[in-house]
Amino acid sequence: MERTEQMNGIGTQPGRWRLAAKAAFPVTIPVLTGFLCLGMAYGVLMQGKGYGPFWAVLMSAIAFGGSMQFVAITLLTTAFDPVQAFLLSIMVNARHLFYGLSLLEKYRGLGKVRAFLIYTLCDETFSLVSTVDPPLEVAPRDFYLCISLMDYLYWIVGTAIGGILGNFLTFDTTGLDFALTALFVVLFLEQWKKRENRPAGIIGISCAVVSLLVFGPDNLVIPAMVLMTAVLLGGRKTLCT
Amino acid sequence: MYLTPMQTLLMILAVAAGTQLTRWLPFLLFPEDRRPPAVVTYLGRVLPAAVMGLLVVYCLKSVSVFQAPYGLPELVAVAAVVILHKWKGNVLLSIAGGTVLYMLLVQAVFA
Repeated sequence: MERTEQMNGIGTQPGRWRLAAKAAFPVTIPVLTGFLCLGMAYGVLMQGKGYGPFWAVLMSAIAFGGSMQFVAITLLTTAFDPVQAFLLSIMVNARHLFYGLSLLEKYRGLGKVRAFLIYTLCDETFSLVSTVDPPLEVAPRDFYLCISLMDYLYWIVGTAIGGILGNFLTFDTTGLDFALTALFVVLFLEQWKKRENRPAGIIGISCAVVSLLVFGPDNLVIPAMVLMTAVLLGGRKTLCT
Repeated sequence: MYLTPMQTLLMILAVAAGTQLTRWLPFLLFPEDRRPPAVVTYLGRVLPAAVMGLLVVYCLKSVSVFQAPYGLPELVAVAAVVILHKWKGNVLLSIAGGTVLYMLLVQAVFA
């Protein structure tokens, strides 16, 4: 048994990781495009405020929070107020609470890897992990780790590139970040394939649209989350069947 | 730089602490060795589809329907992604196709 596993490369460490990386990389390509693009934009903006690549990369590596990092650029150019930064980060990132709830099962019993998966959990990683199943020959833990690590590195590398050579870019990248919108549309369609997911999908879109109309584009996330949770809980008996 | 290096570092740590709190909280509230309540398991099952809908809306939140180009580039590109995906079912093709079309639209057609 052991021998055959080794011959297949499944039991050996390098073979195992190569398989996992090979399975994970293609699904992360849209994130690669989007993160390089947005990460570069972030590096360039930080540079413009006098914060060189060192600071931009440090922020990306430690905080790793896409939209909040853009908000934080403003905070870095006004009076020093870390408490405000802390509270604002909680509000801007409140949607992560949902991701954690949804991944309690998948991230159960994954040992040391688990801390890293939670530390780097973002919109894109959550969307991929919750929608795409690992191939049979790859352990879920390895697959999740590869996706998380790749997405994390794309963001840091993008930030570094933007900070270092952002001003020399000549290629017009306007609209390239649509890759992330397209990714979420596709992952929504993948969820839609399963009939039992459809009511929840419709509830998600409707609650977000209602919240957008009522609270405006800058404050849509938290009301949408509250509304969505209320509707999903209210419809639990109907949706459970 | 507006802040001193020490202040900047503290700001980075503050942003990281707030962000990490939102990532860790569910896992701290419902530890691995205990079964979460049924209602939490239920939410965990239905939320991904709902959240994916929220994320689509979130990405399109700043599109103005009342000002030229009236959200047309986004509408056309999202429609292209949906049609490509229904037709070929290839994730990368749908995303690349939609993105290239969107870039063409905002850079050349509606520029």
